Amino acid sequence: MTTARIAEKHPLDEIIRSDRMPHIWCPGCGIGIAMRCYAQAILDSGIPIDQQVVVSGIGCTGRVAGYMNIDSYHSTHGRAIPFAVGVKLANPNLSVTVFSGDGDLAAIGGNHLIHAARRNVDIKVICINNFNYGMTGGQAGPTTPKGARATTAPYGNPELPFNLPYLLAASGANYVSRWTTIHVRQIRDDILYTFQKPGFTFIEVLSPCPIGFGKSNNIEDGLEEMFLYKERCVLVHDGDVHAEELGIDLREDKNIYIGKFIEREQPPYQPVRVEMNT
Amino acid sequence: MDDRTVLTGNHFMNGDHACAEGAIAVGCRFFGGYPITPSTEIAERLARRLPEVDGVFIQMEDELGSMAAILGASADGARAMTATSGPGLSLMMENIGLAVMMEIPCVVVDVQRGSPSTGLPTMPGQSDVMQARWGSHGDYAIVAYAPSSPQEMFDLTILAFNIADRYRVPVLLLADEVVGHMVERVVIPPREEIEYWKRKTPEDAGDAAVSPFMAADADLIPPMIHAGEGYRVHFTGLTHNEQGYPEMSAETHHKLVNRLINKIKINQNKIIRTEGLYLEDAEIVVVSYGCTARSARHAVRDARNRGIPVGLLRLVSLWPFPTMLFQELAGRVDKFIVAEMNLGQMSLEVERCVKRPVNGVFHAGGAMISPFPIMDAILEVAE
Repeated sequence: MTTARIAEKHPLDEIIRSDRMPHIWCPGCGIGIAMRCYAQAILDSGIPIDQQVVVSGIGCTGRVAGYMNIDSYHSTHGRAIPFAVGVKLANPNLSVTVFSGDGDLAAIGGNHLIHAARRNVDIKVICINNFNYGMTGGQAGPTTPKGARATTAPYGNPELPFNLPYLLAASGANYVSRWTTIHVRQIRDDILYTFQKPGFTFIEVLSPCPIGFGKSNNIEDGLEEMFLYKERCVLVHDGDVHAEELGIDLREDKNIYIGKFIEREQPPYQPVRVEMNT
Repeated sequence: MDDRTVLTGNHFMNGDHACAEGAIAVGCRFFGGYPITPSTEIAERLARRLPEVDGVFIQMEDELGSMAAILGASADGARAMTATSGPGLSLMMENIGLAVMMEIPCVVVDVQRGSPSTGLPTMPGQSDVMQARWGSHGDYAIVAYAPSSPQEMFDLTILAFNIADRYRVPVLLLADEVVGHMVERVVIPPREEIEYWKRKTPEDAGDAAVSPFMAADADLIPPMIHAGEGYRVHFTGLTHNEQGYPEMSAETHHKLVNRLINKIKINQNKIIRTEGLYLEDAEIVVVSYGCTARSARHAVRDARNRGIPVGLLRLVSLWPFPTMLFQELAGRVDKFIVAEMNLGQMSLEVERCVKRPVNGVFHAGGAMISPFPIMDAILEVAE
């Protein structure tokens, strides 16, 4: 018989608020995996931890801000990006990450998402896409595939979803990539990369939501969704696939493209400065 | 060196520009806003002026973003402001609540126009005064000042920043189209005469590293910790404990919400500003504020010249409401008249305090209330 052994210390203790554990996420949820990648990237980045700031909106992913042991702001629904814009512009020495969900960033906060990308403000956005509103119990959102079921789409979602990389590419983001929560090294490496990539960067992370999305769409559990990613994911590089082709429908036997889609070198937004005659 | 932060001297400028100059003079270095009549001149002035003083001007995509951006900037320690009018104020309401809950200081200027809805964009109103107090959801307290002149647009903007920082609360400057667009003499004092009240820092109080939201002092204000200071602080709009961590309990919620309200209540005598004219022996008191107070002053002076024992109480601050002052006046004043450019909003507060019906000189907005209807009201109650 084996007995559970409780470790005295975890390598991420310094960067995660262990006094707030256990977290609220469901068994099989992918948000914790992505948060772990973010935490590891912060430790590996060499950027002083006290210069790292995380801003979240509302929702399951919005809780990330509360679990990171850095300066952290859990703002209102949809407003993480403009809050982060204020943080970044008022103190450019800070490394500012927005860690939030697809509903928060692309529905209620959609206007801020495209405008921050257009301005190319130097903030790092990590967007967990789990195809639904998880916190409130599995409602349809801006990324829910057409036809997928949700508690507010009991007959199947009548709407077309956003293709987020395509949206961000069109809006002017300097960097756009997509991974799934099976790609832990790639997520960490990509977050590390964006820390030193000037301008607006956007990493979409597809994440299982077995309780919210899975239950209504015949995905048994988080593991099944991870296997589904493993089978369907096709790695592409910048330019391989037109951004228009990057849409996802989990229920169809179609490729899910992952990788680095957009890499631009546009200078980031700088507030106007005027030198006065002295 | 040419000091571009405080434009000391006598100026002839409109209220919106005076507000912008007051902001810069008192150290505002971040403006996030969205153009809306009749506040736009504030944004335009700051778009020109902030780059001269190493400040940040950003025109956001909407008022929701504007309000969120100034909170982010203020979370870094920057003095931050936005300016808007009624429709924009409606959109800012949710994040005004966030500012209350996170106790992030900020200044929100509302140059009021005829409302509701799109209303009268280019014409004055004073009908946002209750929204300013109650517009965000929940129980909370904010501070609001109502300038009556371009000079006060300058002076009260300075006060607004100082009060916001001292009490960690959103402060609204409830101007109106008349004072925003009116051009008058504005005296900008020398830099050393501009008051600057700094935020309470962790060095000033308690063990902020452990309990950043603990109000150890009698003023109920916790020290303000900013991003990048090394405290690894957590701010949330959720109900939180003294550590700043979310805590979903009725007890924590009750304690927090009471403190957020009480920190304004117990300090209200330091926040409230009023101006009296002939109040000592007044049997009738006209209550007014903003541009309408200018007409009220005219009417009260004329009535005094006719021998009517009338006085003027001008509300320079609207919120917190000067309840005790009205209760005191109620003991020695017979009649109250409230003149305001709405259909009776602050008059409800006056009635609540003086415990009798008040006479209202109300107008839905669009044109300044002239002294004549106020004089008529005085003559009517004097009979």
